Amino acid sequence: MNASAHTARSTSALLYLSGVTVSFDGFRALNNLSLLVEPGEMRAIIGPNGAGKTTMMDVITGKTRPDEGEVVFDGQADLTKLDEAEIATLGIGRKFQKPTVFESHTVRDNLLLALAGPRSWYRLLAATPTKAENDRLDEILTVIRMGAQQHMLAARLSHGQKQWLEIGMLLAQDPKLLLVDEPVAGMTDVETETTAAVLREINKSHSVVVVEHDMSFVRALGVKVTVLHEGSMLAEGSLDQVSADPRVVEVYLGR
Amino acid sequence: MIQRFLWRGLDTRLRLFIGLVLLVGIVPPLLNLLLPPSSPLYVPAYVLQLVGKYLCYASLALAVDLVWGYCGILSLGHAAFFALGGYCMGMYLMRQIGSRGVYGNPILPDFMVFLNYKELPWFWHGFNHFWFAAPMIVIVPSVLALALGWFAFRSRVTGVYLSIITQAMTFALMLAFFRNDMGLGGNNGMTDFKDILGFPVQADGTRATLYFASALVLALFLVIAGAVVGSRFGKALMAVRDAESRMRFLGYRVEGYKLFVFVLSAAMAGIAGALYVPQVGIINPSEFSPGNSIEAVLWVAVGGRGTLIGPVIGAFLVNFAKTYLTGALPEIWLFALGALFVAVTLFLPRGIVGLWGQYKARQERTKRTATA
Repeated sequence: MNASAHTARSTSALLYLSGVTVSFDGFRALNNLSLLVEPGEMRAIIGPNGAGKTTMMDVITGKTRPDEGEVVFDGQADLTKLDEAEIATLGIGRKFQKPTVFESHTVRDNLLLALAGPRSWYRLLAATPTKAENDRLDEILTVIRMGAQQHMLAARLSHGQKQWLEIGMLLAQDPKLLLVDEPVAGMTDVETETTAAVLREINKSHSVVVVEHDMSFVRALGVKVTVLHEGSMLAEGSLDQVSADPRVVEVYLGR
Repeated sequence: MIQRFLWRGLDTRLRLFIGLVLLVGIVPPLLNLLLPPSSPLYVPAYVLQLVGKYLCYASLALAVDLVWGYCGILSLGHAAFFALGGYCMGMYLMRQIGSRGVYGNPILPDFMVFLNYKELPWFWHGFNHFWFAAPMIVIVPSVLALALGWFAFRSRVTGVYLSIITQAMTFALMLAFFRNDMGLGGNNGMTDFKDILGFPVQADGTRATLYFASALVLALFLVIAGAVVGSRFGKALMAVRDAESRMRFLGYRVEGYKLFVFVLSAAMAGIAGALYVPQVGIINPSEFSPGNSIEAVLWVAVGGRGTLIGPVIGAFLVNFAKTYLTGALPEIWLFALGALFVAVTLFLPRGIVGLWGQYKARQERTKRTATA
């Protein structure tokens, strides 16, 4: 353990990435990436295609192991040593770019599966939803505005409704940190605005990291922005600050 | 509490179907035993034997459906678990022959005398007792499933690769059981059974009882499968089938779910095989042949995977067709089987039971357009 590991373990940061490098067949998807997310913060991550946004999510959730670097959650948990289920149990929830809901289940059952609670097969064999669990489901259905569709099969939802259901499932997990990957891709303007409102509401009680292309959406969120480029951090600050940065302009418009 | 767990999973349709299975289990044996052969309602013994066999196949189909239809694990080796259960029963039945064999050896079964065995191989000990053989029928297939599943699911082997592994497993077992020095009868297998639990295997009463037991076991499996599938565990199981990695990110240990159904399913297949053997009177290594496992998958596909009633209906229909065609037009059976497979894949993705759902959906649609 070197000195930086010690400082990491004593920071107040909720999520701490330092010097993270990931290569696929010689291609460096992440190159010495460092990132710090404070508790209660909402952070937007932007960057051109291939900047490493999704790979970064994969590293944080344990899907991909970094070749080098540290990933520490909540000041103590070394995420590079844990698998997906363990990391999810620690309190990191992830929404994927392409909505993946359980199509043959109803909206309510989707949320029930995501709900924080028993996960092991032998406990679920005998479990029935408790009063508290049902109340919590109703609450989430209100937040994501889908109470009317709760008994509909998820396969029959529209694209936008699936995205909201996914966000609801993330909420049901009650994680300390929500990772949200391109939530408004393929949404109408009205749906995009609603999504921004839902995320701001969620941010009142949870820390959130959002990866997004859509600049108007990022502006609507109104939070600190990190710009990724070729696997490392290029700039950080408010959206106005980073869009005034000549390097950022070059990356987005220059090539 | 267990009672509530078991009944909770059963909807009305499944309860009715279980009732039907029990009726099929009770009425024919009674007609066979109580009526004189001259009566028009008399059920001859060969019919009991045939339908008894179908009942065992239906249990196997249900076992396959539990892993394939509800968890997405396409096992092409389930006949291996069926055959292992059958072999355990076969070993018990062989030991019951005692000194009535052709060579009259009180300890060694005929084939061992023939192959110059001096003493009973170690793994044959205990099989002269039913109390030992009965748990083995469940334990042997379960342990194999546990070992295979443990390695495969932990290494995240899925899809076609897993299917190939299960197929290779049953093929390897077939080759092993064909060998004479396995001490399990080689290519002849085991046959010439005399008694089961002290009753002569060939007697009408024993046959009727075995038939009834097969129906009872099928009904019990339907209750168990219904409870498992209807529980919160079942919801998670189907979610694993539809989006496995999503479940991992929700914090579920997917391996545990897969391993549990895989082992449960193997145990069910083993029990089905054990009931099958005394009814057909023989067990040999051809039961392990890869084609058998594939046929079992076909029963499920025809009936409707992901439903509990479907596999039972599929097993009965396909096997009835097989019995009929292999008798009437033996040369076309394999072509018929192939055609069936293609037809089901193209036109009946959800099987015969799925047809009902499609019909209702269409009815609803026409109703809606009519009112609009």
